[in-house]
Amino acid sequence: MSVRRIDPHAERARRNRLHPRHHEFARPAWRWTSSEGVTRVNPHALGAIGPNGIKRIDRSGASVEASPVSASQASAEPARRQIVIDQPAGHVVVVPELPEGRLGDHDKDLFGLARQLADGRDLAVTAITFLSGVTGFEDAGADRVVDLAATVAEGYDPEARLAALVAVERALTPQHWIFADALPDGGDLGRRLGARLAARGAADARPATRVWQLNDGRTLSRAGDRQDILRDVARVLLALPECAEPVSETRHEARRIDLAATDEASPVAGDQATTLGVIDRGRVAVDPQEIPLAQAPFILSAGRGVSDWEGYHHAARVLGASEGASRVAVDDGYMVRTRQVGATGTFVTASCYVAVGISGAVQHLQGIAKCQRVIAINNDPSCDMVKRADLALIADGDAVLAAVCERLGQPRDGDGESWQTEESQHAAA
Amino acid sequence: MPQPDAKAPSPRAEVKAVALVSSGRHPVSGRAGRAREDARAVEMGLSLAGADLSLVHAGDPEDASLRECLEGYLGMFHGLDDERDGALSLLPMQAGDDAVPLLAAWLERSGVQLALTGQRAECGEGSGMVGYLLAERLGWSIATGVAAIERCDARSVTVLQALPQGQRRRLEVRLPCLIAVDSVAEAPRQSAFGPARRGRIDTVDDRLPAGEKRPDVANVDWQWQPARARPKRLKVVKSTNARDRFKAAAAKSSASGGQVLTDLTPEQAAEKLIDYLRAEKIIADTGESSAGES
Repeated sequence: MSVRRIDPHAERARRNRLHPRHHEFARPAWRWTSSEGVTRVNPHALGAIGPNGIKRIDRSGASVEASPVSASQASAEPARRQIVIDQPAGHVVVVPELPEGRLGDHDKDLFGLARQLADGRDLAVTAITFLSGVTGFEDAGADRVVDLAATVAEGYDPEARLAALVAVERALTPQHWIFADALPDGGDLGRRLGARLAARGAADARPATRVWQLNDGRTLSRAGDRQDILRDVARVLLALPECAEPVSETRHEARRIDLAATDEASPVAGDQATTLGVIDRGRVAVDPQEIPLAQAPFILSAGRGVSDWEGYHHAARVLGASEGASRVAVDDGYMVRTRQVGATGTFVTASCYVAVGISGAVQHLQGIAKCQRVIAINNDPSCDMVKRADLALIADGDAVLAAVCERLGQPRDGDGESWQTEESQHAAA
Repeated sequence: MPQPDAKAPSPRAEVKAVALVSSGRHPVSGRAGRAREDARAVEMGLSLAGADLSLVHAGDPEDASLRECLEGYLGMFHGLDDERDGALSLLPMQAGDDAVPLLAAWLERSGVQLALTGQRAECGEGSGMVGYLLAERLGWSIATGVAAIERCDARSVTVLQALPQGQRRRLEVRLPCLIAVDSVAEAPRQSAFGPARRGRIDTVDDRLPAGEKRPDVANVDWQWQPARARPKRLKVVKSTNARDRFKAAAAKSSASGGQVLTDLTPEQAAEKLIDYLRAEKIIADTGESSAGES
């Protein structure tokens, strides 16, 4: 049963018959005083039709009549205003990082910064992607989207991307470029672009790096040696995370624009022929146990619920996961202290965290607060870890890990040679 | 940090290598010394070229703390195959001058093929732009975030680039090139007192054309101030409804629509787990092989 709330705006509109939205809120009156001073009652306007079609008059106040006001109150997010810019006076270009192919928090902050620069000056915020099929630009705050996936090959090729950005510079001549100051992607590309534009004679193209605030038309950027620099807004900005609030009140059209192919094709080809300095030779397999626990992308963590420790280590090897542990497992001597996850150990940032037999003490849950996906395997369906988890499997941890190894084709029994191949694979990498 | 080629014999460079070093500040005490990333670059250069590695710094020779900073790098020339002492070329300039033309002229004249440096300086603006401006001016290639050098031959150098979440990517970089060393590269050896005192600092008299040497004018209207702590972002709940705002403020962090599966046999649970991991691309889709990279 929802609580009845009074919307003061609706009340005011209901009282004021001259209000432009009076008819939306006005209920037909069931009792009024006529001009002769007699109280009149309209029984047809009173009460509500019940579920079985019979009109009921409820005087207890328990039921709330359905009105358009309560419907709009039910949605938690207020509706966003739609903003359309048809003829922009210029562009503020944002090059988002797109980790895992979608807009991250840092990217949304960049769009917030771009909106601060663009709003009030009739500029369009233009997003540039090197991936196709990215969604969410409307809510992030992009008026235009330029998809350069066709001109740039998959993989790390900073020079081809730089050539594509130079072509964008020639086509749009943006007022500002905004990059994420994160190495080795956005920070690298932004610095390359700044150096290229400076070499081409643009005196104002020296980028402002590590920008973390925009205030009154000036930016604060962090310098070395515990200093900040307050300076005018540079043409190329490399911004830190949380440099601005992400867009939350408006919605933008994110119209796809195609840069004219004639502008673009010839200089890109020419640049590529002369300079192919950095060639991507692909990812390198890294031993997951060698990655520092705070950075590991995939952690298999064990607690008091695990009793078959050899099976657990084997499962971590089979899954290719880094090993973590709760405080209890470390105190009992089954794992080393450097593997302890939680407020008293390491704060982890894994994109996937599998907790086997961990009930989820407060300190442990603090330690995994930044994990994107949490999977709990536990016997106890009421424990805190199951409440936190995105996927909770109520089963015995040891048995599940053994079944996982079996299903992946590497059971623990008679597996001496498969262990060795796995280990030699890591050693070779 | 994982260095997958740690057991491989260290690659010997046939190319001439140089490390561009800058003055650093201790992060807590503020005392002048070697810069942390530049020291890693010198370490990488020493394991690549041994005592043949040359050092270069562009700075103000009048600066009192400069000698102390540079000795931090010269003191790293120990434990090598040949017991030669380090030599550093100091390119003199005023404090407000632009270092890029000086360094570019020196690199062109010296015939260096491989230049190692840190990603950002610890003093001054610390924008990390010097490498990019040099590479652009000289037409060199540049690779950033390098964790290790695997191989170096006359035409190209193969490096491992550090990615987020401890991952690595192999890059082949054409020479001549500039390599910015990441802070996850191998830790630098200590600076020893004897080699630091014996090391030579040669002041190189530059012969730049008069038009080239100029003060850096881009920063005249900058305002320097002590770094402020960045404000913590507050969690703001945008709702027209006071009840929702209160609920959001008072709520304990709890399940966000998690899926709870009960009454499973271990086999069923294992299947659910593997399906989930495959759907989220945590483990590879193809049967037996398992890859931990996401």
